[in-house]
Amino acid sequence: MVENSLSRSATPSHHPHVTVIEATKGWISLGLKDIWEYRELLWLLIWREVRGMYRQTALGASWIFLRPVLNVVILTLVFGTFVKVPSDNLPYALFSLSALLPWGYFSNAVLRSAGSLVQNMEIISKVYFPRIIIAIAGVLSGLVDFAASFGIFLLFMLYFKVPIRIEILWLPGFILASMLLALTVGLWLSTLSVRFRDVSFAINFLLQAMMYLSPVIYPVNQVPEALRFFYRLNPMAGIIEGFRWSLLGIGSPPDITFWISMGLMFVAMLLGAFIFRRTERTIVDYL
Amino acid sequence: MSDIAIHVDNLSKKYRIGRNQNEALHKPSPLRHLAHSMRYFLGAFFQPEETLWALKNVSFEVKQGDVLGVIGRNGSGKSTLLKLLSRVTEPTTGRAVIYGRVGALLEVGTGFHPELTGRENVFLSGAILGMKRAEIERKFDEIIAFSGIERFIDTPIKYYSSGMRVRLGFAVAAHLEPEVLLIDEVLAVGDAEFQQKCLGKMSQVATEGRTVLFVSHNMAAVQSLCNRGLYLQKGEVLVDGTISEAVKMYLKIIDEISQQEISERSDRSGLGNIRLVGVDITDQSHLTALTLITGEPAQFVFHLSHLEPNTVFEYLDFTICDLQGNPVAYFNSIDSSPEDQKSPELHDKVICWIHELPLLPGRYRINVGIKANGEMQDHVEAAAIFNVEQGRLRGRPIDNRSQRLGSVIFPHRWILPG
Repeated sequence: MVENSLSRSATPSHHPHVTVIEATKGWISLGLKDIWEYRELLWLLIWREVRGMYRQTALGASWIFLRPVLNVVILTLVFGTFVKVPSDNLPYALFSLSALLPWGYFSNAVLRSAGSLVQNMEIISKVYFPRIIIAIAGVLSGLVDFAASFGIFLLFMLYFKVPIRIEILWLPGFILASMLLALTVGLWLSTLSVRFRDVSFAINFLLQAMMYLSPVIYPVNQVPEALRFFYRLNPMAGIIEGFRWSLLGIGSPPDITFWISMGLMFVAMLLGAFIFRRTERTIVDYL
Repeated sequence: MSDIAIHVDNLSKKYRIGRNQNEALHKPSPLRHLAHSMRYFLGAFFQPEETLWALKNVSFEVKQGDVLGVIGRNGSGKSTLLKLLSRVTEPTTGRAVIYGRVGALLEVGTGFHPELTGRENVFLSGAILGMKRAEIERKFDEIIAFSGIERFIDTPIKYYSSGMRVRLGFAVAAHLEPEVLLIDEVLAVGDAEFQQKCLGKMSQVATEGRTVLFVSHNMAAVQSLCNRGLYLQKGEVLVDGTISEAVKMYLKIIDEISQQEISERSDRSGLGNIRLVGVDITDQSHLTALTLITGEPAQFVFHLSHLEPNTVFEYLDFTICDLQGNPVAYFNSIDSSPEDQKSPELHDKVICWIHELPLLPGRYRINVGIKANGEMQDHVEAAAIFNVEQGRLRGRPIDNRSQRLGSVIFPHRWILPG
């Protein structure tokens, strides 16, 4: 029972575990090694999020399937039937669900990771771990819902007799892009929400605005030609186009504007991660 | 040098204060909240920051196998020190080095999720406290046995009583096996039997030669567990020595503080619309004697600041503690009896009358709290210190013989052979 590793170690400098506590200076480290070291906790946090989420609801895990279905039903009814938004000659349900896959995942993941610091205040103020894994857990746990939505999408494809295309091999790339985008926005918002609680109110508005500015309920070709370049700098626009292209064969493969938007996102993500790492060390003082 | 476990060098921590503080007290309306946050937002850029040094140039060393008790009054910086060493937050300046695997226990049941079962939470909490999955699996049965709630282990913990949660939480924490253990006053929870179990576990940890840093208010616990003591005052180290030296300083300071005019003391908590402004502790013969006699009447008179006519006074409570800080007796005016009286002539006074004082000779202090209008209005620790001198309880002489244990004596009657 008694651990004698202390007496075995010769000098402190050769001790296997040395913790140095001091104020961090500079911007150098992203602390990726730290994240790797805490990977077990990361998995547990994801698992906690997934297990805990639907436990207290009457319908339980069925919500995971119900949510995307209800979303599609409403969108199809309102925009497909009432307003008659063009849908690139595809059934509107299929058209909108192909966008709801990345969008639903993204908005869900942003909500989770942006609120993660404030919601997990209790743990954060009592235990050390790299706080970024809480934001990462928020992004990763959304994949469970995504998988469920994707299952429903496959059923839709079967029903509308749309064949699976070879371009589907691109899909993991687009999924990864939406994860990184969610992480980017999540990192920025969670950092800000610790300092300014108003952010939690702003998030819903922001997501709504972003949904209207992305081709979720309408196709990109409805956007005036002159504005289309700027419109497509929104990474979500490119990701949704990518989903539609790889799953349904509409639109074109990723072009230069897509890669520019990805580049912008990547810069924003690195910046967000650095700022997050810089604030996380004293985050408790603000909570 | 090789036997150093914790080395702290000029550690300081600055906190921003002022802004955002009223928020905790009054729930603002949405509009006021908006105004407040706008001010806060702008203030973040323009306002000069008000700061407070919670810890100032603290330096000390802990050797391997030492059990260090960190004591000090509220706001002395001891919790901040613990937060820095457990890396919950970063120091502003200075440096600390810890040699060995660190386990920090700032709370019992950290990370519990109410919707998950006890079993699932053991893994979750264990991982949060830094245990590896394999380690938790290995110790799982032991943990469950220690918690004593085997039967409910597959029940979601939202159905647990708070006592059960604490048991489970401590059981997980007790099976951490770090080389350096940092502990906050988590022992102040749970029922007496379980507390005993926890204390036992802690002294076991201490005898195993692991290094422990223990932050506590409880002088008795500190004295029985620790061999070294650190007394902090206003963020600075006042005593770095043996535990009895540190405890002695604590008692001396408490003594000095209780001599101060209560109305001028700032070390209090509560909303503050009503304040305790004075305490008279008298027997019948003297007016403000602060000396009572065992078995004789005693009177505790609490002077409050002016009560507004619309104040809803709820209760005044006080705790008599021995000098180690162990509570001896608790009194609350809300537990009413037909013998209680209400008197309009009292104005802003509350009196507690004890017919026969059942305390052994010695020195005691009282902590006083006042609740009104649904809020805690005032809480003063060590509001007064008083002496009890030897006397007679129903004719029975009660002197200060050293073999008397405890702090109280009951009226009683013997029947002896003969």
